Amino acid sequence: MNRFFRRQRYLVDHTLSSLRRHPGRNLALLIVYTLLIFLLASVLLFAGSLKREAALLLRNSPEIILQRQVAGRHSLIPAAYLQSIGRLRGVRKKQGRLWGYFYDPVVRANYTIMVPARDRPAPGSVVIGAGLARERRLGRGEYFTLRSAAGKVFSFQVRDILNPESELVSSDLVLVAEEDFRAFFAIGPEWYTDISLQVANPREVVKVAEKLTELLPDTRPILREEILRTYDAVFSWRQSVVLVLLVGSVLAFLIFAWDRAAGLSGEEKQEIGILKAVGWETGDILRMKFLEGGIVSLVAFLAGYLLAYLHVFYSPVMLFAPVLKGWAILYPAFRPVPALDGLQVATLFFFTVFPYTLATIIPIWRVAIMDPDMVMR
Amino acid sequence: MVFSPAPLALMLVSLLAGAMVMVAAGFALRILRHWDLASGSELQVRLERQTYLVSTLLVICFAGQLLALILFVMTAESMSGQFTGAMCATGVLNVNGFGWPVLFAKIAVFFASAAWLILNHVDSQAPDYPLIRAKYLVLLCLVPLVLLETVLLFLYFLGLDPDIITSCCGSLFSASGKGVAGELSAVSPRISLAVLILSAVCLPPAAMFSLRSRTGAFLYSLLAVTCLVVGLVSMVSLVALYIYEHPHHHCPFCILKSGYHYIGYVLYFLLFSATSLGIGPGILAPWRNVSSLGKIIARTGRRLALASLILYSLFYGLVAVIIYCSHLTMTGVWW
Amino acid sequence: MIELHQVNRIFNQGRPNEFQGLYDIDLDIPRGTITCLQGPSGSGKTTLLSLVGCLARPTSGRITLDGDLLSDLPERFLAQVRRSTFGFVFQRFNLIRGLTVLENILLPAYPLAPEYRALRTRGQELLARFRLEDRERLAVEHLSGGEAQRVAICRALINDPEVLIADEPTANLDSTLSRELMAIVRQLKEEGRTLVMASHDPIVCKDAAIDHLVTMRDGRIISRGGPHGRP
Repeated sequence: MNRFFRRQRYLVDHTLSSLRRHPGRNLALLIVYTLLIFLLASVLLFAGSLKREAALLLRNSPEIILQRQVAGRHSLIPAAYLQSIGRLRGVRKKQGRLWGYFYDPVVRANYTIMVPARDRPAPGSVVIGAGLARERRLGRGEYFTLRSAAGKVFSFQVRDILNPESELVSSDLVLVAEEDFRAFFAIGPEWYTDISLQVANPREVVKVAEKLTELLPDTRPILREEILRTYDAVFSWRQSVVLVLLVGSVLAFLIFAWDRAAGLSGEEKQEIGILKAVGWETGDILRMKFLEGGIVSLVAFLAGYLLAYLHVFYSPVMLFAPVLKGWAILYPAFRPVPALDGLQVATLFFFTVFPYTLATIIPIWRVAIMDPDMVMR
Repeated sequence: MVFSPAPLALMLVSLLAGAMVMVAAGFALRILRHWDLASGSELQVRLERQTYLVSTLLVICFAGQLLALILFVMTAESMSGQFTGAMCATGVLNVNGFGWPVLFAKIAVFFASAAWLILNHVDSQAPDYPLIRAKYLVLLCLVPLVLLETVLLFLYFLGLDPDIITSCCGSLFSASGKGVAGELSAVSPRISLAVLILSAVCLPPAAMFSLRSRTGAFLYSLLAVTCLVVGLVSMVSLVALYIYEHPHHHCPFCILKSGYHYIGYVLYFLLFSATSLGIGPGILAPWRNVSSLGKIIARTGRRLALASLILYSLFYGLVAVIIYCSHLTMTGVWW
Repeated sequence: MIELHQVNRIFNQGRPNEFQGLYDIDLDIPRGTITCLQGPSGSGKTTLLSLVGCLARPTSGRITLDGDLLSDLPERFLAQVRRSTFGFVFQRFNLIRGLTVLENILLPAYPLAPEYRALRTRGQELLARFRLEDRERLAVEHLSGGEAQRVAICRALINDPEVLIADEPTANLDSTLSRELMAIVRQLKEEGRTLVMASHDPIVCKDAAIDHLVTMRDGRIISRGGPHGRP
């Protein structure tokens, strides 16, 4: 066993010395390899963080949201439905919600105007999202003016600005008092936008949703799990589209790697011939070359992943943000939370290191089977 | 289809592995037809050189397959949020009819890969390629299995439909459930523990016996496979209950979650790697008496038996710690 | 010790550029002797050396080493025999640039994986024997011709081989250094080693230490005898 370890040690020593002696050949490969891993890892890390954020943010949202449908479109729901639902078994709490969209021609953006469940602003005042405040250059105490569909101008004083850390979902949010909401949108007290229900036991959610559909046939229950699944699927899909588009880069890299592995200089070929002539077997040469590739892969993987990590979580610019987040005027200043995911690392390994190893097998083998007697000629 | 990076990576690996195995199969046929070590002809020299290439391709292919099994399970686990009704990998595998066949095919490929790698390792140590024909004959038998795994994997991932409502572990791994899963869950914890202890006790003497004779080596490998089956049955019928601290939660996949500290990965890794090393002595036994292999097989068999014994010990030890430290007490019910 | 019987070597067999390098070679190389192959360029000396040293396999014929058949061994086995039995000194030294003198010397020993301290000590002893101890850490590209040749000899001796193969060892040396080299060759013979050399240098071919002088032309042995015409 000791002999085995000693042999590996000698092999590693010689491989490292070979890498040191031919820095030029490996440096270009290392840079390209690192760049490729950086690109792929950035996509995986950012999309992963978006999925995680969505899951965290939705963790406290209600299990079921009940919406009324008219001609297949979402419509206001009567407040009387709250009584119709009554004391449905499994429902811990039910509440009417008031929210809607408003298009602001000034900044050409859509706002979400909402009456919060708790800490409602006083009538005449609003709490706004950080992105909105930035775009409209509003600070606390200043006035925020909106024009309703009826042409009436409503002026609200900005009581507070929402925490920038929640910008992913609150960037375009405007929190108002119930009276102000109803007055602005001309919605009477007998209507709500939708109804939220909290269900204690997650296993009963589907059953409760079934009962609601039977009880109120013109409604549609939206489950929190369904929203999570949708976000998951959307971010996965976007992530995969970007990765597939990068396949071209991966293929180009593999061709480059093949070329590098095959294009040994005369001196390098001579060196292999000398090693074989003095007693190294073909297997030893193969192991040495694969070790070289392994070291390059390891350095590139670590460097690329680290750079991607810094790029996604700590730098102000994220290359793939627009594709992965989606289009919007009010881009939230989203700061992803750093996290490592074993599955992501494994996926990245199989997209990069595995094909690279395969691409270099044949060139390495051709080098390793060199005739040892060529050094005598 | 579910379009996401991990399934794409798995399909890529499977496709590449299938392609490499096909290339190797073509070479295997040439070897079986033309190999003649005594000949110094150019064909023989070419074949000897090509064995390096093909062996290397297959080592990488099979090593990739070993890792791909772990990635597949991790992927199934991570996708559970994308399917209604799925709370763990069980639900994801139930989405269409190819989920469980893929898993079983991957496990079969895992052990077949391990067996081939052991043969290859021994063959590469002897200077006269004593196992070359046997090795490539075994490879030809593996080709259909590897290709089947690739086809099933593609059918599974391409057929994943997020609109399908799947049933999860609660209905599948239940003592009153139907099918194999139900029967595994219905095994009495007392019987399961007794058989587990018995298998653990049989291992050390069997390992000693394996070093002495061909029969011993076969028996040890047979015992290793038995320990795998016993281990998997006990995971469902006994160990899972103590991990979840719930007398009716039998799911073999929920133990992979972060909420249980990913303990499932450790347990399965120990069990599978112990078994893959444990089948080694039996695989090598037929060639114990070949002159150039005698010492090599004796040495390798010893190391494989010892390594598998250590891994089995860790597995049984971990199971004992789990049962001991669990808050689930069924004294008076099961014992 | 080494016997060749009806050995032929054909390059690129079956291809348009097929070429026969050796024809029906019969040669005995006794243990503890120095055999010198002489002849013009292209006579097959280097090809014969590579077959004797297990760097290649003959197309037909038999090569035995102490009665054991070498000629039909697979490359893996040949490599094992090569590193434990043979040491090589090449015409152009073939030291690896960028490595130090000691690193070059230790290279043939790596596959055998001896314990490092013992290996390093052996390398240093060889350096001391050939008056190269102060060159241990020098990169080989800074060595003079004579020093490089001596380093090549140290490398050839690191595994304590029974047989040394030297191809045109004086080709890149002046006459003084060539005579120094032959003094080393005589020392190695006194240690009981067997040497097989190829050369057309009279300093080598006419040296009194040469036991067998084999003349080759066009891939055939045309005469054999001692260095001064003795049989």
